[in-house]
Amino acid sequence: MADDKDVLRDVWYGRIPTCFTLNQDEVTEREAEPYYLLLPRVSYLTLVTDKVKKHFLKVMKAEDVEEMWFEYEGTPLKWHYPIGVLFDLHASNTILPWSITVHFKNFPDRDLLHCPSNSVIEAHFMSSIKEADALKHKSQVVNDMQKKDHKQLWMGLQNDKFDQFWAMNRKLMEYPTEEGGFRYIPFRIYQTMSDRPFIQKLFRPVSPEGSAHTLGDLLKEMYPAAIPNEGEQKRYQVVIHGIEPLLETPLQWLSEHLSHPDNFLHICVIPTPTD
Amino acid sequence: MPVSLLWAVDVYGRVYSLSTAGQQWEQCRDAQMEIKRVTAVQQCCWGIACDNSIYLNVHASDLPVRYQEETYENQRWNPVDGFSDRLLPSDRWQWSDITGLQHQPLDSFQLPSSSWEWEGDWYVDENFEGEPTEKEGWTYAIDFPANYTKDKRWNSCVRRRRWLRYRRYKAMDTWAKIPSQQTTLPDPFSDISCGGWEISEEPRGRLSLWAVSLQGKVWFRDGIYHHNPEGSLWEEVPLPGEVVQISCGPGDLVWAVLWEGQLIVREGISRDCPKGTSWAVVESPSPDVGATHVAVGVSVVWAVTKDSKVWFRRGVNSHNPCGSGWISMVGEMIMINVGLNDQVWGISSEDRGVYFRQGVTSSELSGKTWKAISVPRDGDRSHSSKGSADGASCLVTSASPESFVDAPSDPSDPAPDPPKPRIPKVTSDSFISELVSDREPGKPSKEVAPPAVVEEESTAGEGGVRSSSAGGVLSPSQSGAPLEWSNVDLEEAQGQQVPAGAVQDSTDTCSLSSVATYTLAMEDPYGADEHPLWAWVSGGGCNVDSHYQLNWFNCSLNMSCDLSVTPAQTAAWRKQIFEQLSERTKREMDNFRHYEQSVWVKKGTMQWWRDWKPHKWIDVHFALEQFSGPEGNKDGILFIYYNFYEEKKYLHAFINEVTILVPVLNDSKHTFAIYTPERTKQRWPIRLAAATELEMHDWLALLSVSCCDSRGIHGPPSKQAIWSTTCKGDIFVSEPSPALEAMPYPTPSDQMFWRQVGGHLRVVECNSVGIVWGIGYDHIAWAYTGGYGGGFFQGLASSTDNIYTQTDVKSVYIYENQRWNPVTGYTNRGLPTDRYMWSDASGLHECTKTNTKPPSPQWTWVSDWVIDYSVSGGTDREGWQYAADFPASYHGHKTMKDFVRRRRWARKCKLTTTGPWQEIPPIPLSDVTILPCAAQSSMEVVPLWAISNKGDVLCRLGVTALTPAGSSWLHVGTDQPFKSISIGAARQVWAIARDGSAFYRGSNPGYCWYHIPSPSKQKLKQVSVGRTSVYTVDENGNLWYRQGVAPSYPQGSSWEHISNNVRKVSVGPLDQVWIIADKVQGSHSLSCGTVCHRLGVQPMEPKGQSWDYGIGGGWDHITVRGNSMEPPRIRLPSLTDPLPALQSPISVRNTEVNGNPVGC
Repeated sequence: MADDKDVLRDVWYGRIPTCFTLNQDEVTEREAEPYYLLLPRVSYLTLVTDKVKKHFLKVMKAEDVEEMWFEYEGTPLKWHYPIGVLFDLHASNTILPWSITVHFKNFPDRDLLHCPSNSVIEAHFMSSIKEADALKHKSQVVNDMQKKDHKQLWMGLQNDKFDQFWAMNRKLMEYPTEEGGFRYIPFRIYQTMSDRPFIQKLFRPVSPEGSAHTLGDLLKEMYPAAIPNEGEQKRYQVVIHGIEPLLETPLQWLSEHLSHPDNFLHICVIPTPTD
Repeated sequence: MPVSLLWAVDVYGRVYSLSTAGQQWEQCRDAQMEIKRVTAVQQCCWGIACDNSIYLNVHASDLPVRYQEETYENQRWNPVDGFSDRLLPSDRWQWSDITGLQHQPLDSFQLPSSSWEWEGDWYVDENFEGEPTEKEGWTYAIDFPANYTKDKRWNSCVRRRRWLRYRRYKAMDTWAKIPSQQTTLPDPFSDISCGGWEISEEPRGRLSLWAVSLQGKVWFRDGIYHHNPEGSLWEEVPLPGEVVQISCGPGDLVWAVLWEGQLIVREGISRDCPKGTSWAVVESPSPDVGATHVAVGVSVVWAVTKDSKVWFRRGVNSHNPCGSGWISMVGEMIMINVGLNDQVWGISSEDRGVYFRQGVTSSELSGKTWKAISVPRDGDRSHSSKGSADGASCLVTSASPESFVDAPSDPSDPAPDPPKPRIPKVTSDSFISELVSDREPGKPSKEVAPPAVVEEESTAGEGGVRSSSAGGVLSPSQSGAPLEWSNVDLEEAQGQQVPAGAVQDSTDTCSLSSVATYTLAMEDPYGADEHPLWAWVSGGGCNVDSHYQLNWFNCSLNMSCDLSVTPAQTAAWRKQIFEQLSERTKREMDNFRHYEQSVWVKKGTMQWWRDWKPHKWIDVHFALEQFSGPEGNKDGILFIYYNFYEEKKYLHAFINEVTILVPVLNDSKHTFAIYTPERTKQRWPIRLAAATELEMHDWLALLSVSCCDSRGIHGPPSKQAIWSTTCKGDIFVSEPSPALEAMPYPTPSDQMFWRQVGGHLRVVECNSVGIVWGIGYDHIAWAYTGGYGGGFFQGLASSTDNIYTQTDVKSVYIYENQRWNPVTGYTNRGLPTDRYMWSDASGLHECTKTNTKPPSPQWTWVSDWVIDYSVSGGTDREGWQYAADFPASYHGHKTMKDFVRRRRWARKCKLTTTGPWQEIPPIPLSDVTILPCAAQSSMEVVPLWAISNKGDVLCRLGVTALTPAGSSWLHVGTDQPFKSISIGAARQVWAIARDGSAFYRGSNPGYCWYHIPSPSKQKLKQVSVGRTSVYTVDENGNLWYRQGVAPSYPQGSSWEHISNNVRKVSVGPLDQVWIIADKVQGSHSLSCGTVCHRLGVQPMEPKGQSWDYGIGGGWDHITVRGNSMEPPRIRLPSLTDPLPALQSPISVRNTEVNGNPVGC
């Protein structure tokens, strides 16, 4: 049986084949070729699309270019969600490559955050890590880290260095043995059918009786509809990193192994496709 | 940090030491008698024994304490006898000191004390100012005193020769009584404190020792030096009152406590006057309660008052030794001791345990909390079990609780926790004798163990006492400890006759009680064994700081460090996740492998030192674009976007062409340089400046990783690697290709790729089995651990193991300049044309005490400005050097013709970084050399020689590829101090003495040094020996080759000049020659400190033909002694071919000798 560490590696090196096409309405000097790229699931759109931007800028006039943003089938893609979450939420069960439309005009201020530079992504990423650690260890671990340790986490993500990232991130995944897990599990449940961006509440990895909570326990409390009733057709898929873990999977294990680099367990609940 | 010791004395007068790496107090077994107090420094420990004499325990070192006695034999020529010892009546003694004033026959030399022994007999010194003399060692002159020469001339009327004899301090690691030759013996001593080693620049060993006598007088021990560890005599220091206790810090801080409870502070302590001149009085911290104890460090003072309260003195420094005010601290102590780095220890008045003050840093000298040191003492276990057995038998034979009343006389338990009033505040011998009198006669004193009491079980013991009729049921192992405990209680309760009440009573009076200290006992399971017994602690030799990980405290926080939570390996959910992940990979990735990986771009703004004139910093946009090359290797391009007359332009460099990234931190800009082969030829790198140090390190780390990625270099440097250091102390390493030493077309040196390794070193040396040693600017030796990265390569491109903290200390110098004028004498008012009155050495830049910063932000000041007396040319007592005018040659005394003077001020700064280096304590080194061996050498123990910073020659034992740090030093005697050493492949050792001459010896310890004169009128400074070649560099930058070295004549015949402007040379195991050269002209600029490679070196032509220029300037040291890779054969240049193992490389090369087209 493979090692748990392989799960971390698989999660880290998950890639989504993507085809970027320029929005029809953009003014170009000549026709823009589509651009194909493998996007890391755990990274952020604006962090890995410099080359896309460069590709399309070649055919555009500088005065026609405003901030770049992405859209999939009419939905503006929030860069501050991990790429894998965007894909699972909006485009799982579709044909690959994932087809993303690139815009340089009409930035949808109401839907998207501006991302003028990588430091904005870094700030967002680090604040997620700190929030997660507040839940897991009352911020003790992240506060004990030095500035350079924080930097190492970010540089690890930015430069796609699994070992460097995990050399530091493992500290964030520790917990006192006698407690059997983190204080609370940092998780977010996303759904397409709601106006709420996501569900995030306090949830402990171990029940008061001392038994380990499972993914099913979490959903039962947060999103009962996601769990099929006895004998009923499965209405929702519960997707994490493009896979559907069994509901009896211990939540603590999931949090340690299937969390994104921002230390949150991002869970997508999407309707089961009707073939 | 090296391992060092904390010393402590318990109330029975036993001395213990606790290693910073250890977890147990080790008893100092060889103490002949009880010791009352100790005061430790790094190299020794002083103590007052119960006979009130002072004892010294010098720690054994690989470097012996030896002293050279010398005397001169003088003779005069007369026509009858020739030279004879018949001198003229006006002449000096036949045997005299060097001046001739002191009569010194050989038999007048006596060992100073029984702690010394002679190393050998007297012998004649046959070395005269670096030149070997005739066999008998005579030097000749016209008359006494005059200039002596080694050659006898027609007018030589007198001659003299020097006799030498060494004596050695033998009383190492043992308590040796300090002899008192004085007629007026001081009273018995009651307190002692040692320090003062930082007062002067003197190499470690000069100490100030202060002692207090029972009558309250203070004595100062004069003349303690490295060569005279015992010191010479006691001098009484006048006092304003009677002193009870004194404390001396590492520097110029000395405080004492008066009987009346005030404190006195010694003033006027300086290099010339370590004893100080006067006392100033400081009132007790608390107006009603007098002080009883004081402890000082470099710039801290702690005090204890009669009520056991602890106080910290604010605002203490060398200018204001009295400080400005008291701050009350938490904790109640009977004594406090300040050790190295101003770390603090104390003995709690509550439980008599030793406590360490945690969190003491240079910015927070008062620290954070007291933490109990809870480690067992050696021998505790056996004592405890012994005591248990005794106790058990007691119980079994006893019928009633009352009978236990007699039990306290049990000798194995002499009042382990007497009520507080019985513990004197100041441990005196009367107290010890009191304790000794507690012992039952007839029992060997060895049995007197610390109370073996296990607290957790004390309640059980209580029960055992109450139901004593059931005692017989208890097995000795169960009941032993509790019974002892009950014994203790009963002792306290002698008058009460109620056992249970007694237990209760002791609960109140002492902290040993089970109830009161149960939680404490939880955190230190051993604590109970040795609880109440410490009397004195000394951390003066204990080198720890706030970063140091000590194992003295049992940490209860037990974090799970394992990523996996003992997964049910076969659980269905787990299987599902693995299956789905591999499915996902198949689905999302397998068919799309041809897609481009996303491109990583890092952008930023920086400043660039533009290529065209006038050169200046201009703002640029900087970008690194990384992509995957066709073979999947990562590559990248650097872009520098700039404006040229409003026009946007850019400069680019391919990452795979970058040969080195050099950080050039200075105090004004965070700059770094990027070299390519082309830029190296130009001596004109791309120079960039980042806005902050952090940003610069980010960029350097990222660029460095990219460069290594593009060249496929990962992991630690190979064994063959070439190491070098820059003048900033940065360490670089390059992987040699087999073609580097190829003939006739070696890889050009400017194409070598260098990557940085964390750490800070002045010298680095290696050999081809992967043993690498370095020496810092502070002369500390470091061994390479096999890691890589460190420094600013935090995380990225750094190994996670084998990286340790490294520190280095160096001095920054500024000059105070003054001009003489007839009215006011020397003043700081110069002529308008003069240099700055505070300047650097050149006088061109103003450097005042306040505006001079450490060399870069990585350095922090660790001392104040002090006058530097160790300037070449000498100084007067105030450090001044005189000259006729600026700039001129300076001398150390004023003459009529001198109108200007200057003195040098030094301030130490310290750098803390990380790197793959581990310290080799304790001897500071100035040079090191490792035997160069063949690539596949299976040598077990590798010879490694070094020179200590005092000039001793040392040989490291136990150095192997697996234990590169070796085990210990073997001292190799020489008649004069050395400064450079190198060992060749045939184990021949060459060395350079301080006088600039060379010495040769075979490596067999039986061989002796063969003296080789230096090249005429030159003083050699460095030597490097390869397979057979011997090269030296002299102080004027000339490179010399030793001619005529042959197996039958290994010392060679003469020096041949090879080159000038050479700073350092390194000769490798293939006899390849690399140097650091000055004044190398590039196409754009001149560079100093450039790596150069000697071309055309062949077995038949070991001197080579010309130089090939590599990276520089700013390089300070290189070693190629690891590169034993034979170059590929010329006829078959394919690298896949095996190296010419069978075919002699010499024959192949000879065919090419004449075809060398590599000119220069």
